[in-house]
Amino acid sequence: MIKAVMVMNTQGKPRLAKFFDFLPVEKQQELIRRVFGVLCSRPENVSNFIEAESIFGPDSRLVYNHFATLYFVVVFDSSENELAMLDLIQLLVQQTLERCFKNVCELDIVFNYSKIHTILDEIILGGQVLETRSTEIMRAVEEISKCSLSLSPLFVCV
Amino acid sequence: MKEYIIRLVYVEMLGHDASFGYIHAVKMIHDDSLLVKRTGYLAVTLFLNEDHDLIILIVNTIQKDLKSDNYLVVCAALNAVCKLINEETIPAVLPQIVELLAHPKEAVRKKAIMALHRFYQKSPSSVSHLVSNFRKRLCDNDPGVMGATLCPLFDLITNDVNSYKDLVISFVSILKQVAERRLPKAYDYHQMPAPFIQIKLLKILALLGSSDKQASENMYTVVGDIFRKCDSSSNIGNAVLYECICCVSSIYPNHKLLVSAADAISRFLKSDSHNLKYMGIDALGRLIKISPEIAEQHQLAVIDCLEDPDDTLKRKTFELLYKMTKSTNVEVIVDRMIDYMNSINDNHYKTEIASRCVELAEQFAPSNQWFIQTMNKVFEHAGDLVNIKVAHNLMRLIAEGFGEDDDTADSQLRSSAVESYLHILGEPKLPSVFLQVICWVLGEYGTADGKYSASYITGKLCDVAEAYSNDETVKAYAVTALMKIYAFEIAAGRKVDMLPECHSLMEEFLASHSTDLQQRAYELQAVIGLDAHAVESILPSDASCEDIEVDKALSFLNDYIQESIEKGAQPYIPESERTGMLNISNFRNQDHHEASSHGLRFEAYELPKQTVQARIPPASLASTELVPVPEAMYPRESYQTTTVPSVSSDAASTELKLRLDGVQKRWGRQTHFPSTSTSNSTSLKTVNGITQVDGSNTANSRTRETYDSRKQVEISPEKQKLAASLFGGPSKTEKKSATGHKSSKPSSHMVKSHAPKSSMEVASEKTSVQQPPDLLDFGEPTVRSTAPSLDPFKDLEGLLEPTTQVSSAVNHSSTAAVTKSPDIMGLYTETTAGAHHKDSDILSGLSKPPMTNMVGGTTTMQVAQSSKGPNLKDSLEKDALVRQIGVTPSSQNPNLFKDILG
Repeated sequence: MIKAVMVMNTQGKPRLAKFFDFLPVEKQQELIRRVFGVLCSRPENVSNFIEAESIFGPDSRLVYNHFATLYFVVVFDSSENELAMLDLIQLLVQQTLERCFKNVCELDIVFNYSKIHTILDEIILGGQVLETRSTEIMRAVEEISKCSLSLSPLFVCV
Repeated sequence: MKEYIIRLVYVEMLGHDASFGYIHAVKMIHDDSLLVKRTGYLAVTLFLNEDHDLIILIVNTIQKDLKSDNYLVVCAALNAVCKLINEETIPAVLPQIVELLAHPKEAVRKKAIMALHRFYQKSPSSVSHLVSNFRKRLCDNDPGVMGATLCPLFDLITNDVNSYKDLVISFVSILKQVAERRLPKAYDYHQMPAPFIQIKLLKILALLGSSDKQASENMYTVVGDIFRKCDSSSNIGNAVLYECICCVSSIYPNHKLLVSAADAISRFLKSDSHNLKYMGIDALGRLIKISPEIAEQHQLAVIDCLEDPDDTLKRKTFELLYKMTKSTNVEVIVDRMIDYMNSINDNHYKTEIASRCVELAEQFAPSNQWFIQTMNKVFEHAGDLVNIKVAHNLMRLIAEGFGEDDDTADSQLRSSAVESYLHILGEPKLPSVFLQVICWVLGEYGTADGKYSASYITGKLCDVAEAYSNDETVKAYAVTALMKIYAFEIAAGRKVDMLPECHSLMEEFLASHSTDLQQRAYELQAVIGLDAHAVESILPSDASCEDIEVDKALSFLNDYIQESIEKGAQPYIPESERTGMLNISNFRNQDHHEASSHGLRFEAYELPKQTVQARIPPASLASTELVPVPEAMYPRESYQTTTVPSVSSDAASTELKLRLDGVQKRWGRQTHFPSTSTSNSTSLKTVNGITQVDGSNTANSRTRETYDSRKQVEISPEKQKLAASLFGGPSKTEKKSATGHKSSKPSSHMVKSHAPKSSMEVASEKTSVQQPPDLLDFGEPTVRSTAPSLDPFKDLEGLLEPTTQVSSAVNHSSTAAVTKSPDIMGLYTETTAGAHHKDSDILSGLSKPPMTNMVGGTTTMQVAQSSKGPNLKDSLEKDALVRQIGVTPSSQNPNLFKDILG
């Protein structure tokens, strides 16, 4: 299963962190720091995979991808396929976020924090890949935002 | 409010405390607005864990929301269920979730399945009655739901393969449909039909088909189809390909599929992408379990990966090497591993690789010498990360020697160990565990061969104790070692004069805060005061392998107890009061407790501490006069002393000897350690059981040794040599290694420097890869000078010789060898074949590597001049093969060839 999805910028600031098993905040922070420590020491043009057993315990691998100023990181165990996870990141970033925001950048993630979470919830649920059709994901997300607008115009101003 | 909560989530992600806002998030989920509700759910899933106190406030809302008409509300609730429901609250929501499995919206069904899966992960028993639902959902109309069902099924099948064998057909037909693009276009991803579903299905099939021939046969066609259809230009296509390879390597092997898998792997390895190389290495690691020869084709690629700047790739490659280690290549691989271990700082991985080195060394070590050297290196560089048991094993190995060998070999081993340790002691900083080993060995065998004087060794030991003055254990080991050396000196009748620094050290220890150190120091003092006979019985030389029998019942004290009770002493009852009552039994008790707490202590092989404690107490109690040993104790002592000579003279009492035998031979795994302490009889069995296995292993590596000894120990960094030595082993079983065509440019540069003639270059390029390293120096002047003296006829003969030998030695290659042998050789085959068979024994008996080289070299030259092209390649390949097999024709006596020639 997938253990965590993280997005952090090249300075090591977390932009999004979703752990599918509960971890206390301090632990999350530590993991993010250590992951960043590994990521920034990686040279260019090497593989996108890292054996993360020293950080996340036995049977954990890590796949990351670097887009502009952001690192997208997925941590998972041996029941997932590394290349597929790499494509999952692609799917998230290039097919979904890109469509959502048009030229997605770091700020989009900061300002649309809950939307990103919604998207992620559609793709991964309980640590399993649930949906990989980007059209379907987009549809679900739009439906949610549309629905809320029509249901409760009062709360929009809150 | 919604915005605030989102900010709060963000703030917490940045690492600040946001617990004050949790309750507001909980309140938000009660809201009627969907967006607010969703935000609330999002916040609680991120803030709370399943055992949080606030969860109780949420469960009711979740129940309500699961019944909602709005499917988006239901989805939000299901999201929360996945994260927040714990074992106790599962029953509260379970019925509703089961109902949702039949919800008209596929998104809801999908999420409900995921929720059930989550429940299964949290507490398998809670949903065990619902497994049939998963099966039903597998036939859902919507492919998305079907895909989601694969996740829980994968987990279920992982845990219990046999109950799902009936699904193989269904999975195969689903996979077939998916591969044939029967799913809606929307599932396509980079022109691949539903790759994520394919991957999941392949994973499941791999589980179901493992070691099940019948199930596997159903899969062959579809997996073969996917191999063909996969688009290897896209990332996801390769992901599916990789999964296919994993599947093929897991199910019952099928030749055709293995070939396709090997093809895919070679594509991965040849690719420029590090990701694909990584996957290739990983896949190779899986496949070599089934067909070891596949590694052959990729040796250069593997070596490239080993030197890649990418750490992940490097580690993966080491993992691969670890899997393919054999007694033939263990030296190279372990050397490489140690080199790498030195170069990294990551303690976690260092520990792992160190333990792997140790494991490989224990399993495959070609010689004791090498084993000790390797262990030294491992200890030196990663000493504190190595399991202490490894150190004990090493000490035991040194103490017990190697199997039933003669004593000279053992003592040679020991003295070489002593020498290397004295040398290593010069290093500035050594890990504690290693120092303990060193101290122990120096104490036990430092003076045994008489090469070093006692004062020299003791001086060194004092230095150790001083240099590592904050490590109590090392100091304790050092003191005990000192005591042993002095004891041996006294026993040998030599006069002991303590070094001044030793004196000062002892004085320091006598006042030490550590009672252990203090006691050892006192013991040392007492021992030095005794006469030769007493000392000998206390610390017999080279008796570390003896068993100390601990009389648990303390029967020897019965008289004493009786006496005491008669005198009016309290009869013994509680353990805690025992301390004050009987001095000796106290000692014994401590001893016994210690022994039982550590499984190892019963066998006296490792810790000198044990020996000392068991034997010294009487001595240290004695003031300065001769041994007022308590009478009950005495018989035991004398018993021990008598066993010493008997064992060393190889005519021991049966029980003791038997056990020693068992222990002596084994030096492989340490896993059965604990069991030895539990009971004598079982330990005997286990020890023996393992001994037999290891014994044969040892014997094996022994025979190999003759062959291996030709290999140079230091391996030059040249890739080719490395390749040859890494892969030389496996190629033996190969009838014709395909490497010839694979070897790439770098190899030709390597060879050029060795090859005497440039005309040979092409040819040698083809062969060199498969040759063991020593063969690479076939261009040496001595060889060349003799080469021309042979007439070409004989050379051809030499070429022919190996080929026919291949046919006789390796049965299955005979046809290939004959049919592919060059035309020139074909002329002679008929006339000489018979003779060859006759002489092959003689030839195989003679193994003179340089001569082989000469034959190889000369034939190469000759053939290169007289014939061209594929013939040459073939013959050279075979030549190399022959050498790998170890059948090395000697031309030391060229007459031999004349005979053959008739």
